[in-house]
Amino acid sequence: MIERTPILNLVSQAILCIAFVAILSPFYIVFAAASHDFVTVNKVPMPLLPGGHLWENLSEVWVKANFGQAMRNSLISAVAVTVGKISLASISAFSIVFFNYRARMLVFWLIFITLMLPLEVRIVPTYAVAANVLSPLKSMLSFLGLSITLPEWNLLNTYPGLVLPLIATATGTFLYRQFFMTIPNELAEAAKMDGAGPIRFFWQILMPLSKSNMAALAAIMFVYSWNQYLWPLLVVTDQQNYATATMQLQKLVPSGQAEPPVWNTAMAANLIVLLPPALVSILLQRFIVRGLISTEK
Amino acid sequence: MSNISIRKVRKTYDKNEVVHGVDLEVAAGEFVVLLGPSGCGKSTLLRMVAGLEAITSGEIAIGNKIVNKLEPRERGCAMVFQNYALYPHMSVAENIGYALKIARVPKVERNEKIRSVAETLNIADFLDRKPAQLSGGQRQRVAMGRAMIREPKIFLYDEPLSNLDAKLRVAMRLEIRKLHQRLGTTTLFVTHDQVEAMTLADRIVVMNKGIIEQVGTPLEIYSRPASAYVAGFIGSPSLNMIKGVLNPETATITLNDGQALQYDLKRWPNLHAGEIIAGFRAEAVSLCNSSKSLTLNPQFIEELGVSRQLHCELAGEQIIVTSQSDHDVKAGIPLHVTIEPGQIQLFNAQTGVRLETEVYDVDASVTQIRKAS
Ligand SMILES: Nc1ncnc2c1ncn2[C@@H]1O[C@H](COP(=O)(O)OP(=O)(O)O)[C@@H](O)[C@H]1O
Ligand SMILES: [Mg+2]
Repeated sequence: MIERTPILNLVSQAILCIAFVAILSPFYIVFAAASHDFVTVNKVPMPLLPGGHLWENLSEVWVKANFGQAMRNSLISAVAVTVGKISLASISAFSIVFFNYRARMLVFWLIFITLMLPLEVRIVPTYAVAANVLSPLKSMLSFLGLSITLPEWNLLNTYPGLVLPLIATATGTFLYRQFFMTIPNELAEAAKMDGAGPIRFFWQILMPLSKSNMAALAAIMFVYSWNQYLWPLLVVTDQQNYATATMQLQKLVPSGQAEPPVWNTAMAANLIVLLPPALVSILLQRFIVRGLISTEK
Repeated sequence: MSNISIRKVRKTYDKNEVVHGVDLEVAAGEFVVLLGPSGCGKSTLLRMVAGLEAITSGEIAIGNKIVNKLEPRERGCAMVFQNYALYPHMSVAENIGYALKIARVPKVERNEKIRSVAETLNIADFLDRKPAQLSGGQRQRVAMGRAMIREPKIFLYDEPLSNLDAKLRVAMRLEIRKLHQRLGTTTLFVTHDQVEAMTLADRIVVMNKGIIEQVGTPLEIYSRPASAYVAGFIGSPSLNMIKGVLNPETATITLNDGQALQYDLKRWPNLHAGEIIAGFRAEAVSLCNSSKSLTLNPQFIEELGVSRQLHCELAGEQIIVTSQSDHDVKAGIPLHVTIEPGQIQLFNAQTGVRLETEVYDVDASVTQIRKAS
């Protein structure tokens, strides 16, 4: 749509500006609040110009909430979830698109159904399995009338426990499937004629071609897993060693009862926690649109 | 260089048979073109030779070794695709050398080969570019280079020139032919373009709905089409064909509008009266006013410079007549012509099969072909 009227241009610019301010103002308030001391932040109204205590608040809260450890935990699990999701998504989409086997449609629909079963819906059984990984096997065996004592194996308070249940991803699989379906069949055939087997085709042709897809998926999935709160809360009881950044952040938010309303440090913690996903989004943003529409070829 | 034997090959897609038992022998070093309209199963046949498609029944042998169960890479074929199918993220050099890289050919040797292939194909200046930065013709050359570098036993082309513009197509056609003369590699070439087939082929295989209609040299197929179907496909313009009723007593064919066409009784002395299809070339029609003349209605005149093509109506059917440019012909004004009886070919009206002549003294080229075969 090409419109060349100055008034329309002006109006659309204005709407853009308003939206920009509306989106950014909460961030600005977080930033302003994080830069005041305890007394100033509790004035009514709170002064909107930033104060001079930002660094002090940041360093105080970094120590108080053990963010050194928490950020590392979050980073490890978010990166692991992202890598895991991308690997799983690309391999399963590869299987669905490029191989012709009888159960193909069945597999496709099974993956599709998990789209309707996010972690929050299946959280109780998932917790049960995380607490005792071999329990499904055990119940299967006992269903068959066998009673073998299996060792206890639980994932609570471990990185795999934080990561594995989040890895299955229907969204990523679909994104990859969409992309793979735009690849002409002849490309796969040319590779076959050149003597490339499926694994080589996947690594040397499909993966390099799907770079922008991968970046888009990585950005989305990183933010998604960084923001996980419910699952870490359940699976981590060893707060000292395995608490994630979001869990620590929650502890700093004043509940409004006994403690003093230390919003300045809570907001400073907020700034710390939102930094990594913001960085990832900014770094990968130019791929996000391109990778999601996947018409670029 | 290897020969290819295709024996009773069939292909079924979900109970739907698209290749109905094809037999074909391709000699080592031969350039054979599979010709037919879109959807007749040419590509399917080619892809079965390549190993990209499973063979439902029958056998394919390359160099006398049955390859039904072999993977594409084990068959020694190289293929050029219509849309080129270059790897978009690799440079021209990487595209050409990919097969050698997979085969673990050392880098120095590989680069040497890439360079020599690129020089043969005049793309040595583009080795560092990506396919997206090349023109259609250059991409086509890269695709050919990728096939050539493996020094395959067999070249397979699937409509490689269809995406090029007319001028480039003629140029690339010539290059493909030259390449074949130089390398002598057995080649199977698929096209729906009869001009391409006529100019490239040692032998043409005309296909129709999953069967082979005729196999022969371009000249054989042009001068003695095995069926009305082949006749309608070959030559530009293709053979004029018209339905009529044969009267052996008068050696004429009566057309729908009552006009009669003379045929050569000596060639078919034993025909019975009945429906028949008569065929004749556009050049076999001469404009004149003899007593035995036919009347045509020119509808539209195509000026070609050297000659003209007159699109005419005869007994309710469209025919094309070639005339010299100095003849005074106008659309809408009836035209008197004669057709030399010796130039008439006959086809069975029901099956479309050619009625073979019993005497061959009329057409010198036809006689020669018969002697040769
Ligand atoms: N993968 C496929 N699945 C089902 N039918 C197919 C497939 N490939 C080709 N066909 C059918 O087989 C017939 C022959 O196709 P093809 O060999 O591509 O024709 P051509 O190359 O002569 O145009 C067509 O009717 C086509 O619809
Ligand atoms: Mg085809």
